[in-house]
Amino acid sequence: MQPYSALSVIWNGLTGQRDWSRQWRDREPKSAYDVIVVGGGGHGLATAYYLAKNHGIRRVAVLERGLIGQGNAGRNTTIVRSNYMLPGNREFYEHTLKLWEGLSHDLNYNLMFSQRGHMALHFDPAGRDAWARRYNTLRMTGSDGRWLRRDEVRARAPYLNWSPDARFPIEGAFVQERAGTARHDALVWGLARAADARGVQIVQNCEVTGFIREAGEIVGVETSRGEIRAPKVALCVAGSTGPLAAKAGLKKLPLETHKLQAFVTEPLKPIVHTVVSSAQEGLFYLSQSDKGGLVFGGEIDGHPSYAQRGGPRIYSEVMEKAVALMPWISRVRVLRQWAGVMDMSMDGAPFICTTRVPGLYFNAGWNYGGVKATPASGWCYAHTIAKDEPHELNAAFSLDRFARGAMLDEEASGPTPRLH
Amino acid sequence: MRLACPFCGLRDEGEFTYEGPVMDWPALDARPAKWVDAVYLRDQPRGETRELWRHHLGCGSLLEVARDNVTHEVASVGYADPAETRALKVRVR
Repeated sequence: MQPYSALSVIWNGLTGQRDWSRQWRDREPKSAYDVIVVGGGGHGLATAYYLAKNHGIRRVAVLERGLIGQGNAGRNTTIVRSNYMLPGNREFYEHTLKLWEGLSHDLNYNLMFSQRGHMALHFDPAGRDAWARRYNTLRMTGSDGRWLRRDEVRARAPYLNWSPDARFPIEGAFVQERAGTARHDALVWGLARAADARGVQIVQNCEVTGFIREAGEIVGVETSRGEIRAPKVALCVAGSTGPLAAKAGLKKLPLETHKLQAFVTEPLKPIVHTVVSSAQEGLFYLSQSDKGGLVFGGEIDGHPSYAQRGGPRIYSEVMEKAVALMPWISRVRVLRQWAGVMDMSMDGAPFICTTRVPGLYFNAGWNYGGVKATPASGWCYAHTIAKDEPHELNAAFSLDRFARGAMLDEEASGPTPRLH
Repeated sequence: MRLACPFCGLRDEGEFTYEGPVMDWPALDARPAKWVDAVYLRDQPRGETRELWRHHLGCGSLLEVARDNVTHEVASVGYADPAETRALKVRVR
């Protein structure tokens, strides 16, 4: 792997940019590997990277149906935070934020990770108390979180609606300063490059169509490019989990597949310097990308769907929330709108675990919090695959937690995936 | 996506709430494991589905919707409870 440095940027700048090599190689599939990771999104690539880096397993293939990073890894709103409260979630998301803090150096790839802070607005004392409980938990478990009074929020975010007749008068906000945004495509390519350098083979346009079984064990996969064998097959396919897991023998899962929309406006001069979110008056979150576009979204469409496109009810709901919080946004044009397919779990928490099918490993249920979790998801999944048991950080993310009454229902909204 | 409510007519999906798949629930005295499966585990259909929707911003009826969850093509919408159909017929008469 050609290392990147300030010197290499200057050298190539002076010599006509001729000295750059390929970042990663698009491989032909071999007939056998030690581990097959199904799905070349962020989580799959991170899993392969940590399998090679932390566990020394180098005969790893990442099989991707299309091109890497073109599913949810390329469709998210790039927000990274760790303000989860419940034991199980708390340690895991703190671990992911710590990995993010060193990931650009670790991968030798600028992920444009910007710890610009994440502000969760509240509009009344009940909202303040609910968030205070959460952020006190953050502070007591080694993370950061702080309450900002109305005037402090106003100093940071003069662009919000501060007029006396605002639809949602802002009372204050809770801020996690270490949270922020990152460049999602850089995450995919940085992981692909680092994994490739450690011997991982990335195979694109290779759809897994079935599983090879011997004596009840899964020993490989059937693909659009032939059979590929491996004693360990690790699913990591987010919105495609349901249909693919059914082929592997997991017919019923604690998941429903929904779609989530996101929106980007035309580029503006820098105006929004943090991530702004509001969970109280209907979910809304917004940040400004380095190109200047406002990137924002709201809730899921609310019914199971595999269509990677959104319905108009959500356009109007999200736009109403945006204009209520920042009225000037009504004059900004939306350039793009899209939808991703989300594996919504029954309690809003993910799964990283072994399964009752020998040789099959399971990573899914990221709801709409997948991008922030990418490094720790790969880190924990690699451990689970290599050791055949979960790390303590993902021990809570098992498939059987519902039968044990050990749900991780952060929002306390019950077994109704559309509400998480 | 628009759904044709048998009482109100063709309406936008925003008037309806998805209430879950059409499924058989266990008997009330079934083993706890049966209930865990029924409450928490779901089939994973990709394509044709049968679902319950409520017309919450309309007549409030619970409806059974047959649709395709990839194309969003709606095959049929009817009352989830046949007794409701009968009751309405009686009233209309």
